[in-house]
Amino acid sequence: MHEFLSIDLLPLLAGAMAALSCGLLGNLLVLRRVSMMGDAISHAVLPGIVVGFLVAGTRSPIPIFIGAAGAALVTVVLVEVVRTLGRVESGAAMGVVFSVMFALGVALIETAAARNVDLDADCVLYGQLETLFWFPPDSWSALLSAPTLGAVPRQVWTLAGVVVIAVLFVGLFFKELRLAAFDPMLATALGFRARWLDLVLMALVAASTVAAFEAVGSILVVAMLVCPAATARLLTDRLATQIGVSVVAALAASVGGYWLAAWGPGWLGATGSVSAAGMMAVTGGVLFAGVFALAPNHGLAARVVRRAARAIDEAAEDALASCYRAGERGESSVEPGALRRAAGGGLRGALGVRAALARGELARSTGGLALTGPGAVRATEVVRSHRLWESFLVEQAGLRPDHVHDTAMRLEHLRRAADHQRLAPERVAGVRDPHDRPIPGEPPSPAP
Amino acid sequence: MDRAVGADAADAGRRGTPSRGLDTLPEHSRGSPLSVHAMTVAYRRKPVLWDVDYDAPRSGLVAIVGPNGAGKSTFIKACLGLIPKVSGRVEFWGRPYREQRRRVGYVPQRESVDWDFPVSALDVVCMGRYGKIGWCRPVSRAHREAGLACLERVGIADLAGRQISQLSGGQQQRVFLARALAQQADLYFMDEPFTGVDAATERAIVEVLRALRAQGRTVICVHHDLQSVEEYFEHVILMNMRIVAAGPVGGVFTRENLQRTYGGRLTLLAEASEAFAQAERGGG
Repeated sequence: MHEFLSIDLLPLLAGAMAALSCGLLGNLLVLRRVSMMGDAISHAVLPGIVVGFLVAGTRSPIPIFIGAAGAALVTVVLVEVVRTLGRVESGAAMGVVFSVMFALGVALIETAAARNVDLDADCVLYGQLETLFWFPPDSWSALLSAPTLGAVPRQVWTLAGVVVIAVLFVGLFFKELRLAAFDPMLATALGFRARWLDLVLMALVAASTVAAFEAVGSILVVAMLVCPAATARLLTDRLATQIGVSVVAALAASVGGYWLAAWGPGWLGATGSVSAAGMMAVTGGVLFAGVFALAPNHGLAARVVRRAARAIDEAAEDALASCYRAGERGESSVEPGALRRAAGGGLRGALGVRAALARGELARSTGGLALTGPGAVRATEVVRSHRLWESFLVEQAGLRPDHVHDTAMRLEHLRRAADHQRLAPERVAGVRDPHDRPIPGEPPSPAP
Repeated sequence: MDRAVGADAADAGRRGTPSRGLDTLPEHSRGSPLSVHAMTVAYRRKPVLWDVDYDAPRSGLVAIVGPNGAGKSTFIKACLGLIPKVSGRVEFWGRPYREQRRRVGYVPQRESVDWDFPVSALDVVCMGRYGKIGWCRPVSRAHREAGLACLERVGIADLAGRQISQLSGGQQQRVFLARALAQQADLYFMDEPFTGVDAATERAIVEVLRALRAQGRTVICVHHDLQSVEEYFEHVILMNMRIVAAGPVGGVFTRENLQRTYGGRLTLLAEASEAFAQAERGGG
């Protein structure tokens, strides 16, 4: 237990808090479609940090924060200036500004390092999570006493402060932030200055970056600004829920990442451990990839399944309609092969016919397959829809009668009541389509 | 209330008064929901609206009509302080906008926002009430019910819980209209509320506009369909980088004025604007 407290607790806590504050603010960046701005700011604060450090001569947070906030402000303004005067899109403007600012920071660090200043670029990028060390008290009762808490490194307290500020900011101004992100014009018209909210947001992003930079490094900052929010967006369509889910994702990525970094190499037979901050960022990315593939509604798998289900459904309807037309020609059943071809042939046709059989809309009879009762109702709907669309395309849209069949084959599957009212407000059974075939009336709906 | 004058007549009227009406408000402007004096608006120094004078009627429906790039949306945004003016003065019931915010509603163009945003239709409608709710306070149940009533008025209360990307274009426009209703304003600016909507939505919007007129409100709409101007509106502003003519539809919406508004040739103003832009680019 003591080993966990002294070696693992603080890095874990620091990583989780950095993830939390960045994850929270990241929701707003992702929604405003300025995720790259977080990336830009997290890099561009470096010269500000170095200047603050050089001026103050210590690593105390206040001057460093002031320097970083100044650098963030310069970045935001410069990006705007480059975008408007440089005639480039905002991505390019950010790219120009943040790479120059970051390079300036690196140059400053190198100069400072020559004068034996304790600061280096690696620690800014990758952080020094593993160096957070704590001598915990001997007993649980002493855990919250003043000397014990005083032994907690300053970086952890800074992070805790930023988390509190980020939570307060998003909590108190949730309504205003949502409005300003969705419709900045209305926000400004109502008196909620969208620009000011934006500036405060960017300042907080800068603060999170600075708080995180010593402990976890800017790579984790960039990952946590985007990954949790993007992950959460795939799982919900409500902003409040999205923010909640993003917090969970941020915590899962940081705790999971730390755990993998500490014990993962052991499982693979290697010794030692990998960079905890790096592993947290990777876990955040993996989490996003997993959700992207498997999310119930917006996920890749769900979309593929939905599309396949619809294709099979449409194939089945094509098969039923083909049976209906055969019935018009006086054939009571259709040979299965012909039906599969009518349903699109190949796998699509085979699956469509099978689906119609499984739903009891087709049944085997002498000489092939025939419509059942429910199958006839659905077939009538499809053919009615097909012929109504054909009439519409010829009479209203002015297309030529011999051009409309294929289009109608696609449109016939759209059968919402509203569409049909528009197509055929007063059409009744017995009216004929452009190819002089009767348009069937509405089938009697089966008793509910 | 309307000053049924073209900019030419206004120019003639001002020739004797170097103050250009900026120091002393005309008496008849005081009660007007919106009075604009000598307003010029530019994007990066290229003027897009020149020297606009306008007094809105105390109540009724006003169409702003004019070709693309005539400055119609710019007029609305400049009135609301959303983009800076080069010169001129805008007053609402004789006071500056920031003192009258609560009485002015705004419907931006539908394409101006991201409809994938994770909010429901009702969430969007309730945004219209944020001005009344104020900073940091949550949207209370009473406000949500008021929002729901506004959705009812535009006929889509049943879609309140839908995420906005799952609404049709017409339904999205109705959500915007409901949001404006939720503002309970006395003067409304609407930027192309009829663009790209279905027939049912158009009827619903017209019904809402007529109800607003019956309550004595003023609605100023950017409108694209010249066919329906006379049917829907009783006042019209013909705009092409300046106000060509403004006033009651009967007297102003004439073939001759339309010709002057939509005239194919580059107007003198457009040429002047172009010259500004050239100078700005250093092409002189």
